[in-house]
Amino acid sequence: MKTVSLTIDGKEIRAKEGEKVLWVALDNGIYIPNLCVIREALQSPAACRLCFVEVEGKDKPVTACTEPVIEGMVVNTQGPQALRLARTAFELLMASHPVECAHCLSRDSCELLKIAPHLKVRLKIKRLRGLPRGLPIDSSSPLFIYDPNKCVLCGRCVWVCRERLGIGDISFAHRGFQRVVATFGDEPMARARCSACDECVTVCPSGALCFKDGKGPKEELNRPVEKSKS
Amino acid sequence: MKVDELSTITAAFQGIKERAESRWQKLWHSGQPVILVGTATCGRAAGSLEVLQTLRDEVKKQSLECQVIEVGCMGYCYTEPIVIISKPGYPSIAYGHVNPVIAERLIKEFILGDNPCLEFVIGALEKNEFVPSFSEFPRAEYEQKIILKNCGYIDPEQIDHFIASGGYEALVKVLGMPPEEIIDEVKKSELRGRGGAGFPTGEKWEICRHSRGRPKYVICNGDEGDPGAFMDRTILESDPHSVLEGMVIAAYAVGARYGYIYVRAEYPLAVYRVQVALRQARELKLLGKNILGSNFSFDIELFQGSGAFVCGEETSLITSIEGNPGIPHHRPPYPAVSGLYGKPTLINNVKTLTYIRHIIENGAKWFAAIGTEGSKGTAVFALAGKVVNTGLTEVPMGTTLRQVIFDVGSGIPGGKCFKAVQIGGPSGGCLPESALYLPIDFDSLSKAGAMMGSGGIVVLDEDDCMVEMAHYFLEFTQWESCGQCTFCRLGTKQMLEALGEITKGKGKIEDIDMLAELAEDIKAGSLCGLGKTAPNSVLSTLRYFRDEYEAHVKEGRCPALMCQELIAYYILPKKCERSCDACVGTCTVEAISPNKDRIKVIDKEKCVKCNTCLVACPLQYNAIVKFSPPDQVPASR
Ligand SMILES: Cc1cc2nc3c(=O)[nH]c(=O)nc-3n(C[C@H](O)[C@H](O)[C@H](O)COP(=O)(O)O)c2cc1C
Ligand code: SF4
Ligand code: SF4
Repeated sequence: MKTVSLTIDGKEIRAKEGEKVLWVALDNGIYIPNLCVIREALQSPAACRLCFVEVEGKDKPVTACTEPVIEGMVVNTQGPQALRLARTAFELLMASHPVECAHCLSRDSCELLKIAPHLKVRLKIKRLRGLPRGLPIDSSSPLFIYDPNKCVLCGRCVWVCRERLGIGDISFAHRGFQRVVATFGDEPMARARCSACDECVTVCPSGALCFKDGKGPKEELNRPVEKSKS
Repeated sequence: MKVDELSTITAAFQGIKERAESRWQKLWHSGQPVILVGTATCGRAAGSLEVLQTLRDEVKKQSLECQVIEVGCMGYCYTEPIVIISKPGYPSIAYGHVNPVIAERLIKEFILGDNPCLEFVIGALEKNEFVPSFSEFPRAEYEQKIILKNCGYIDPEQIDHFIASGGYEALVKVLGMPPEEIIDEVKKSELRGRGGAGFPTGEKWEICRHSRGRPKYVICNGDEGDPGAFMDRTILESDPHSVLEGMVIAAYAVGARYGYIYVRAEYPLAVYRVQVALRQARELKLLGKNILGSNFSFDIELFQGSGAFVCGEETSLITSIEGNPGIPHHRPPYPAVSGLYGKPTLINNVKTLTYIRHIIENGAKWFAAIGTEGSKGTAVFALAGKVVNTGLTEVPMGTTLRQVIFDVGSGIPGGKCFKAVQIGGPSGGCLPESALYLPIDFDSLSKAGAMMGSGGIVVLDEDDCMVEMAHYFLEFTQWESCGQCTFCRLGTKQMLEALGEITKGKGKIEDIDMLAELAEDIKAGSLCGLGKTAPNSVLSTLRYFRDEYEAHVKEGRCPALMCQELIAYYILPKKCERSCDACVGTCTVEAISPNKDRIKVIDKEKCVKCNTCLVACPLQYNAIVKFSPPDQVPASR
């Protein structure tokens, strides 16, 4: 495959043509916030709307997870328009996420806590209303807790369960503000087909799925790939 | 195409056409009366099936030699049920608001006797000396029917009617043309898609034709999820073959083998009539393998959607046909390149496809001569809300909103004042009086902050609150959001909460700025068109009616006296008639009682603001009024 050269935030980079801007940036040490995209998956759902970047010649910010790199491309991850969108998206997520970090078992691995300082957004959102979802917490599993109120609907758990493990025990249900990750028929995790393999818990970025002892392994899904010297 | 193939096609169609024409002639020129009954959904809702039954029963009872035929909708929905009677010696006359009693009279007095019952007439179909004809109506000056032409005049369940009126001739013509030439013709016509966004149709066809990947698909988008929109339904119910012909031509042009026509299951009559049409077209080899004996094969399957607004979005519609939840995807790739099952897929709206046969028949030049610089042809609108003539209309692009609302629609009922018009459904926007002189087309509307959308027009008068209006439409989009992306799922919810508080007088001035900022971000940041257009109703009302928002927030006042929590009912003592107690009995919560002077007084604590008393108070007294804010109500004595 052809390689092309481009710049991201002024850094000159060579990459495979057609590779998505997000992966090229991450692999070159430039962080762009993201939640819903999975490198192993064929396509990004482009649902979390956090990875906006500006590309020279385009009048509107684009999502880095869907934008293929082309020769001569100039990408700016810090443009004001892109940052405004990413910040608003993150604020919207936080305004309906219970901010109880002090007691949260996932505090150490929480990706929201990593994105907040990157986007310079406070955890308590002043300009928006708190929109709690008031859903029941499921602690039926012996090993983990599922608190849908904390879920950011990134879909990582759904993908891992269905695509990587071929189980498909959890999936998205309902639409709009009611959209939620649930088991078939909304059964408690312990009673559903769940084999308690915990893979979903290891990929959850938000603390919605977390180990009861707060320890357990965490998998960094989209970790940068070492560049092969070419 | 080889010459002998072409002659096979022409010969095959000649036979079909001759048969259709002789049946049509027999129907109209047998010396017997013909009765047409509009039985599209709008007619049925008004009771046309009972009328149809009565007519058929009467015809049988009186042993009349008279055909009673079902037709679709003529667009005069406000006067359904409509019956058209064509009796030799008379012009064809249309009757409105027909009920079984009137139907019986029409048979007895007009069919059997010689009294055309002029008191029920709406108009005649052709010019004559007795009755004013439709062409002499003021609205006729503005209307130009292209795709609605057959609607209400032919039986949608008889392919012969369609063929006798010139149907499928464009298809025959096209089968002798190279596909590139057809695409060129559509491009030259400058037809733009009528599904909302107005993408140039010919360009889309060309992209699909040049896309590699086989087989290719053609999809007709008949999801029509906007509240208040019913033009696609009307066309599918009244003239389904027009749509099918457009699809077959499109398929031939782009090289598609299979097609889907996507109709929501909530449109059972449209579903049924499309099924009948598909069967009849197949029987005559106008569809299926080797169409009319040519080398070209194309077949269409009907797909019933389960009626989600978001399923009208093309990528979502495609996933839904594939059997997955209807959730939009990022574009590109566009469906024309990679659509259904990853194959090139042409997706067009019902109306877009319906124009095709007319463009092929009359030529691109003819079409491009209608309309404005950037928007050619006609626009179909569904008129609803505070307008006298609700229903469908088709006018050339560039007609002003004033002409549509006041000349075609006959203005606002009840002597009320025009306030605004919501155009384009939930994705569109609210335009004020100053926009009435705006020539309507794709570009002028989006510049003004609305959009063509599906063509729904809701007229609003002085009694409509603009904040409440914005709330209503946003509630719809928020409810219909698929919920996958952050802006649309949570952003519209934030806006809805803020709007709700404003209508209750609990909003803060910062909320107005927050609404505007958030609206911009949702527009720019959402994944699909639903989210991208959801804030339009708020943005446009903020742009033109900001004072109303401010009145709610700063003064707790609803200028239109609509928002329940911000109004109070009051009986003007000077106007209340002592001997009258019309309001007292109607109040369901017994909040009204006479005082010692027998003047009626409303107990504010009990009143539930249902508006019943205001309606009950006789017009000559007109004593009941609304106040906003509620504390404006004088203390009762
Ligand atoms: C939320 C949403 C709903 C839509 N609903 C419809 C619809 O009901 N009918 C339709 O033809 N197009 C609808 N569209 C537009 C389609 O995505 C697509 O653009 C259209 O069918 C293309 O046809 P056209 O080129 O003939 O306009 C909708 C788009 C969005 C974003
Ligand atoms: S539970 Fe966790 S991994 Fe699953 S969708 Fe929610 S935030 Fe994502
Ligand atoms: S904009 Fe709304 S409807 Fe469209 S993908 Fe996002 S959440 Fe779904």
